[in-house]
Amino acid sequence: MVGFAAALLSGRVSLLPPTHTPEVVRRLAAFAPDVFCLSDAAGGDIDLPQLRYPQCAGDAPALWPVPRIECERTVAFVFTSGSSGVPVPHRKTWGRLVQCIRAGAVRLGLEGRPHALLATVPPQHMYGFESSVLLPMLSGGALCAERPFYPADICAQLASLPAPRALLCTPIHLRVLLESQADLPRSDLLLSATAPLAQALALEAERRFHGPLMEIYGSTETGQLAIRRTARESAWRLWPAVELSRAGGRTWARGGHLEQPTPLGDELEILADGRFHLHGRLADQVNIAGKRSSLAYLTQQLTGIEGVLDGAFFFPGPARADELGVTRVAAAAVAPSLDAAHILKALRERIDPVFLPRPLLLIERLPRNSTGKLPAQALRALLADPLRRPA
Amino acid sequence: MSTSDLAATVHPIDPQAGLLRELAELITGALNLELPAGEIDPDARLYGEGLGLDSIDILEIALVVSKHYGVQLRADDAEHAQIFRSLRHLAEYVAAHRAK
Repeated sequence: MVGFAAALLSGRVSLLPPTHTPEVVRRLAAFAPDVFCLSDAAGGDIDLPQLRYPQCAGDAPALWPVPRIECERTVAFVFTSGSSGVPVPHRKTWGRLVQCIRAGAVRLGLEGRPHALLATVPPQHMYGFESSVLLPMLSGGALCAERPFYPADICAQLASLPAPRALLCTPIHLRVLLESQADLPRSDLLLSATAPLAQALALEAERRFHGPLMEIYGSTETGQLAIRRTARESAWRLWPAVELSRAGGRTWARGGHLEQPTPLGDELEILADGRFHLHGRLADQVNIAGKRSSLAYLTQQLTGIEGVLDGAFFFPGPARADELGVTRVAAAAVAPSLDAAHILKALRERIDPVFLPRPLLLIERLPRNSTGKLPAQALRALLADPLRRPA
Repeated sequence: MSTSDLAATVHPIDPQAGLLRELAELITGALNLELPAGEIDPDARLYGEGLGLDSIDILEIALVVSKHYGVQLRADDAEHAQIFRSLRHLAEYVAAHRAK
């Protein structure tokens, strides 16, 4: 948040990449040759000029005037991993971001009632950027500087915040919190996004945290669009001025903070009253822990490894809308001269670790049909094949 | 590594051996790893290289450890940086802090 505010005030543009793999960092440097990395920890292995905070922080005056930022100004590029391997920048202008977050603050009941917010997600992807950086900034709230990881740390940190307080997390964090033996403090608001939450989990979370759980639906392209109180409703309510329509076999969002009609990456069923049901991702989309990719892209990275003759990423089971926990992706590779450790090491340089195949099967040939295609069913059958080479 | 060193690392009366095996089984079960529990090298790194686990996996492991042994992992714990260096480090931490 400090970094984003500093960039805002100094006329810079924030770049928010989904991952820091060496390949993505190289692409970022090509996209913006004057890019530098603002960090609060020792440099790590990111190959960019580094600016350490707070080493660079000078004396601050006690009171700053509220700055005026032009609505049309580009303040950030949020990146998604594109299908061709080049991260795709999504330009964000200040006015549209503010419009979106203010609409959300009304829906969340935060208007005139600022909360202290604890986030368990990083601010570099769209959900974290909007909900942990912009939401407190624009609703008069405060963001806790700590980003705790373990359930016991999350609970201790949350308990230390003044009320009203909110916890920003994901279905994975919620499930781990509820299942752990940690003492759960009261949270006046719970926010979840990145994957649909099961209603049973939402009910349990509301009961044990003594606060409402609101799920947010959005995407990097569109920003946040809709909300539901999962414990009480299954349909999603759109931000007031946003509308949905169907065209070309896909659902499009328009109006409100959206600059132009934008296609959504999920299967949606629009209801007569304007609300909608979410039926899961489109066939090729992979979404794990808020990080997005596609099977086509992952497959391309696998077959790009020297020594991999053929290969494919696939979903180990059919997609379900209401999943608890995480669906990982699996992969099969034909690479007679390589072992699994070598392939995984090469993949780790190219893709985010959450997309590493689990399992990675080494096989003699892929089950292509007569037209050369790979039926999902045939790939899944590999998982049960006892004759494959162990990875 | 000499033969005697090797013998020391896999010594059959290693007091942690039972806990190591139990943890390996809990981890492969919780994470749906392909690997048979017996094949996890107790001294390989759990994160990144080695077993190749990521932060979601580490959360899952923290959960099974809290459920099974009553041990709450804390990032502000001075020993924390060591815990996930290997299965053996995790076992040592659990042995020292287990409540059940």
